Amino acid sequence: METVMAHPFAKYLREAMMPHIWCSGCGNGIILNCFVQAVDELQMDLNKLVVVSGIGCIGRAAGYVNTNSFHTTHGRPIAFATGIKLANPELEVVIISGDGDLFAIGGNHFIHAARRNIGIKVICANNFNYGMTGGQQGPTTPVEALTTTTPYGNIEHPFNLVHLAAASGATYVARWTTLHVRRLTQSIKKLLQKEGFGFIEVVSPCPEIFGRYNKMRTGLEMMEWFRKVSAIENFSDPAKAEITPERIVVGEFVDIAKISYEKLIHEKIAEINEKKMQW
Amino acid sequence: MPVRLWRKPLDAEKVKLPKAEIHILKNQCKGCGFCIQFCPKKVLEESEEINARGVHPPKVVDESKCIICSFCTSVCPDFAIFIVEKPCKEGC
Repeated sequence: METVMAHPFAKYLREAMMPHIWCSGCGNGIILNCFVQAVDELQMDLNKLVVVSGIGCIGRAAGYVNTNSFHTTHGRPIAFATGIKLANPELEVVIISGDGDLFAIGGNHFIHAARRNIGIKVICANNFNYGMTGGQQGPTTPVEALTTTTPYGNIEHPFNLVHLAAASGATYVARWTTLHVRRLTQSIKKLLQKEGFGFIEVVSPCPEIFGRYNKMRTGLEMMEWFRKVSAIENFSDPAKAEITPERIVVGEFVDIAKISYEKLIHEKIAEINEKKMQW
Repeated sequence: MPVRLWRKPLDAEKVKLPKAEIHILKNQCKGCGFCIQFCPKKVLEESEEINARGVHPPKVVDESKCIICSFCTSVCPDFAIFIVEKPCKEGC
């Protein structure tokens, strides 16, 4: 009992970077844990896995995983990941980033990557605000939520991320909270095996920055809120899956098969080269 | 009496229940309490001691109650707890 054993997932993490910077009660560690567990269960080749992240609290995730990783500029992880995937389609490219990074500053990259169906996988941690810079209101802040820049309540309507992804043409769309660790792990496993563009939104607690203005001071209170209001409805209409304080619809929303962009582009190049040879 | 109490599985003598061995890496814990709150069998509780980060890490109340669901392993944001099955002695 007293002998210190290494954690079973320690080999997937960079020891020198641990412990991570995330606050007590933050859900980012759970997302990293589920991702690492999915990689472990799939027995993936770590040399063929690339983790890309943008700026934000969860942007640190790329530095913590012991694979090829890439910490990019604000809002541009999809742009960088597109380059990686097109240059070397054998690599499995996973983006782990936040809602402010992917949907505020990088929103355009997201919809066009989903439209073109580039085979990159996006895991988005949705904590309802800009956590790292002090809790400003962001594109996913619910109506009437209090943040540092909306002290009298937010009047803007938030993005429904799963609806946006489904409408843009993603081949796999799911939403889970950090409480649904088993389903999230299964979902990430499914995502990693998909060919085209896949997207998972993970609703994550942010007790230190978002929760303290909204009467949820600890991570436990936010997790209890998820437990109370989340309802699993697989393959329901993503348009009706808006996040409100009373209801969070979770589940898989889209799971279709579509030929990916990098396959098409390399087929096209081969076709053109063949024609050239005939001339 | 409910059915599950008076009926005994036919292979109850042959099948041995797995014994859990809970490992807590105390100094990695940040004291969020997720493992304590969401354990289905309430195996863990907050301890009195203070670790290197100044929080109370969990401690094991009753290891024999653990059913090795490993939910605590998955829900821990700090990779500070994991369960292994105890190696069975006496050739069982």
